[in-house]
Amino acid sequence: MKTIVLGIESTAHTFGVGIVKEREIIADTRYRYEPEKGGIHPRDAALYFMNIGPSAISEALRSAGISARDLTGVAVALGPGLGPCLRVGATHARAMATYLNKPLIPVNHAVAHIEVGKLVTNVKDPLIVYLSGGNTLIAAFNEGRYRVFGETLDIALGNFMDTFVREIGLAPPYVVNGVHQLDRCAEKGKELIDLPYVVKGQDVSFSGLLTAALRAVRRGVPIENVCYSVREIAYSAIVEVSERALVHTDKKEVLVVGGVAASKYLKEKFEIMSSSRGVELAIVPPKYAVDNGVMIAWTGLLAFKSGITIEPERAYVRQRWRLDDVDIPWFGQ
Amino acid sequence: MLTSRGSGSELEVLAVGAEAVLLKGYFLGIKSVYKVRVPKPYRNPKLDLKVRRERTSAEAKHMISARRGGVNSPYILLVDPDAGVIVMEYIEGDLLRNILNSLPECRACTLLEHIGIMAGRLHNEGIVHGDLTTSNIIVCRRIGKPYLIDFGLARASEDIEDRGVDVHLFLRSLESAHFRVKDMAFRCFLNGYGKVVGEENLTKVVNKVKEIRLRGRYVEERRRHH
Repeated sequence: MKTIVLGIESTAHTFGVGIVKEREIIADTRYRYEPEKGGIHPRDAALYFMNIGPSAISEALRSAGISARDLTGVAVALGPGLGPCLRVGATHARAMATYLNKPLIPVNHAVAHIEVGKLVTNVKDPLIVYLSGGNTLIAAFNEGRYRVFGETLDIALGNFMDTFVREIGLAPPYVVNGVHQLDRCAEKGKELIDLPYVVKGQDVSFSGLLTAALRAVRRGVPIENVCYSVREIAYSAIVEVSERALVHTDKKEVLVVGGVAASKYLKEKFEIMSSSRGVELAIVPPKYAVDNGVMIAWTGLLAFKSGITIEPERAYVRQRWRLDDVDIPWFGQ
Repeated sequence: MLTSRGSGSELEVLAVGAEAVLLKGYFLGIKSVYKVRVPKPYRNPKLDLKVRRERTSAEAKHMISARRGGVNSPYILLVDPDAGVIVMEYIEGDLLRNILNSLPECRACTLLEHIGIMAGRLHNEGIVHGDLTTSNIIVCRRIGKPYLIDFGLARASEDIEDRGVDVHLFLRSLESAHFRVKDMAFRCFLNGYGKVVGEENLTKVVNKVKEIRLRGRYVEERRRHH
């Protein structure tokens, strides 16, 4: 009997439903909440999820050509994420599992990003660099869990980039044709100006760089040069801490996951670093680097096979669920 | 290419670190380590030169201050910031990272307490190490004393925040590479640290560490992808 798991993702702006049959992806339905202005309003996103949730699930089952009765289990991202959004996904998953009398499988969203990255790129035991709007962390597997070796001490890389371009009037939209406004603006810059480059051990910090860069723009430094300098400094700091963690952990592969992984300038820097270290570089393609239901389904399948399930009445959402709180018994299988 | 001074012998590569290459050789007849910060081709050349020059001179300065404050660290023999080179005394020993998991508990505790004392002395001297991990401590084979190395990210600072980052980094290196002994090791470390900085400062720093770790959680909580 093949194991078939349906996974629900609703941690932030995407309501995703994925279905996997062993290693095969048989459904991938996504609905993305697009705010009219500003960022995500959790309540609005949750309302949107409530409206499209049931039909997204039916649509996924239909596209997979299976009935809900064929599922082995239902997986759901219980965190980390925005509370109101998480609760919608959790409610759908609990209801399905109870009604169908199928096991419910708890999944950590960050673990899911890593597991789907490993699935699509085929790396086995990488140093993980997780860069998104809300996350900047460097982790590697050690003694049963993905341990965090470095992270941002203040704001995440994606959040930093978004804030900077918004404050200088280049955004929204933040990303045009897959290229972030920071990268676009930096293309015209030539001169590196003096801004703080902050690396503390294996950690980075971007709040000082943000303040200094905004001040430089106000002082009248050409905006392209500020963008260029910000890009060079922020990306170099990320690559430097990754290199440090690589040396510390002695891993032979680097896996870059999350929405910011798409930048070609960041990729160039990672390529130079990993080839000089003789390690393999894998960057998760944009389709699976952003939030989706497939990653929850796939991680749920791995967890289920290791005997991890949860009673629906105990399946609370965990807004601050740390990556290194999760046991990974399936690692290496 | 660099050659060893004073003996005519070639330099031997000791280790290739994340930001520098360590070479072993002789300097004026003394067994030495040449720490050479190599250019990073992924960094803009101007930025790269600035980062290497600043880190080389800061490292040398802070190593000297650390010794003055009673922290075991290698003697400095030569500094050349523009070339990114520091020549220092060679310490015969093992990296704490490689031996901690196999040390008997009481020996590990004494050692960690000593390391806590060194961290406290460093902080009392107005310096933070910036990369305090078990990879940056050598346990001298001859006398069993810990030596603090790699001051590349050290800074002059008396901020509780920066001291907290030091202690946080050390704790995290215990969690990530020495998971089984981390609680004992951290307790012994804080015991030594507290002896030197005093009860009041210890409480401040420990609270700051808690705060720093919570901040990481807060960042994780905010999920906004592109």
